[in-house]
Amino acid sequence: MRKLARLNWFGGSAAWLWLLIVMVPLYWIVVTSFKDESAYFSQNPFALPTAPTLTNYRMVIESDFPRYFVNSVIVTAGTIIPAVGISFLAAYAIVRGAGSRFLAGVNGLFLMGLAIPLQATIIPVYLLIIRMRLYDSLLAIVLPSIAFAIPLSVLVLTNFIRDVPKELFESMRVDGATEWGMLRTLAFPLTRPALVTVAIYNGLGVWNGFLLPLILTQSPEQRTLPLALWTFQGQYSINVPAVLASVVLTTLPIVILYAVGRRQLLSGLTAGFSR
Amino acid sequence: MTSPRTGASHGTGAVKWMVVPALLMFVMFGVVPLVGVLVLSFTQWDGLGAIHPAGTANWRSVLADPGLPHAIWVTFEIMILSWAVQTPLSLLIGTFLAGRQRYRGWLAVLFFVPLLLSSAAIAITYKALLDPNFGLGPGLKLGFLTQDWLGRSGLALGVVIFVVSWQFIPFHSLIYQGGVRQIPTSMYEAAEIDGAGRVRQFFSITVPQLKYTIITSSTLMVVGSLTFFDLIFVLTAGGPGDATRVLALDMYKRGFQANLMGPASVIAVLLVLIGLALALLLRRLGGSTTASQQDGA
Repeated sequence: MRKLARLNWFGGSAAWLWLLIVMVPLYWIVVTSFKDESAYFSQNPFALPTAPTLTNYRMVIESDFPRYFVNSVIVTAGTIIPAVGISFLAAYAIVRGAGSRFLAGVNGLFLMGLAIPLQATIIPVYLLIIRMRLYDSLLAIVLPSIAFAIPLSVLVLTNFIRDVPKELFESMRVDGATEWGMLRTLAFPLTRPALVTVAIYNGLGVWNGFLLPLILTQSPEQRTLPLALWTFQGQYSINVPAVLASVVLTTLPIVILYAVGRRQLLSGLTAGFSR
Repeated sequence: MTSPRTGASHGTGAVKWMVVPALLMFVMFGVVPLVGVLVLSFTQWDGLGAIHPAGTANWRSVLADPGLPHAIWVTFEIMILSWAVQTPLSLLIGTFLAGRQRYRGWLAVLFFVPLLLSSAAIAITYKALLDPNFGLGPGLKLGFLTQDWLGRSGLALGVVIFVVSWQFIPFHSLIYQGGVRQIPTSMYEAAEIDGAGRVRQFFSITVPQLKYTIITSSTLMVVGSLTFFDLIFVLTAGGPGDATRVLALDMYKRGFQANLMGPASVIAVLLVLIGLALALLLRRLGGSTTASQQDGA
């Protein structure tokens, strides 16, 4: 490990340089969001605000952002809980039912879903949602989002369930446990980290999702945060500090979650993708 | 006495139903739309009224449209250039972050913040940052930063590739970090004994050992680049002119702005075919990725 650790100064400088490139815009977003409009035009862009103000934040909050926030929470939770649940069931079936041609076929279908760009099916999804009379509702965003989350979730979860030693299943089965019982008392606790990772990863995607809300909703009452950001920017594009305050406010909940669960997310993603 | 075979088939019967909810959802909102888009490409529909069969008219008009080769060209340009920028940098950074020192952990925490922002937020930020009148360039009075970044076609394409890299390099570095940590240290120790330098070690151990990780990361980048819709939509809306009008945007504009769902569906079918072809190609390049999943476990 010592050898690996002192590997290459070149990678080190690339990492530090890129960190700078990552941090500069983030720093600029935060400092600018506390400046008033005149300070934004007169001050050095990187200077700290001389008279920090919360006007921008007040303006964003008064533009109905709390409502959009609630919408985003409903859509995200409403997608992730069922999506992870049914993906876990499917992954369990695929691992435990290895040898079944039906399950192998289903698994192949899910894997194919990984190679298909989501946007490409948006027009028939739109038609489907209209025909189901769900257009312009939060459910319209939730249903396709669940479906789109399945392929990757099943892939990651099957990898994890496969790691559970077969002997454990066998000994439980000999003791008379049902598949449902083994799923609950064996597979679930052992794959909990993977479940959390899959939930966070998909949650990020849904929380930040733009295309489905753009196409499947219309009225301000059903707006989610990314869409609200975009319309807010359209209205106040001249007021850069206010626009940036809206960026901070929509990202803040995720940053807080990240601060709490970063270890889980980073290690889980690493394990999930690097195999 | 149950033989392993009957044991397995007993299990299969009992678990089969568990796949049903996921299968139903995926068929309903994944497979049906996939077939649907092919069907819709042979119809005429304005997004509101009735759907009429249109034969091959959409296909003929889209394939004859000079906008199509342009959109395909821009899509591939962004795909290849953003891959070429992201892959070497992510590899380098991922290898570096794989070190175990504590400060690198903290570095990683800061490094991955762009993963948390929505494409809409990122696009809005860069739009303000690069504004030729009120952005960073004029604010710092730096001439070379004061350009009409999003108003000139060559520059706008460069900006899109830069912003894509800004958004996704952290994610791919993370994938490589995980990959590097799975390489046995003994390989490096052996190379050290043989007198191989670090550059040599990087190219003869790290890179070959990461073969499957590189394939995974590249597949995500390449197929993902077909879906850069939101970023480009908010950042340039395809402009200036149609300089950044990628296929996904072309589909949206034809379908939801010009209300021509038939031609838009033709573009969608092309997107699906390109995505599948690229995924298969990358899989061929790296042998089977499922094999790598079992090797890595």
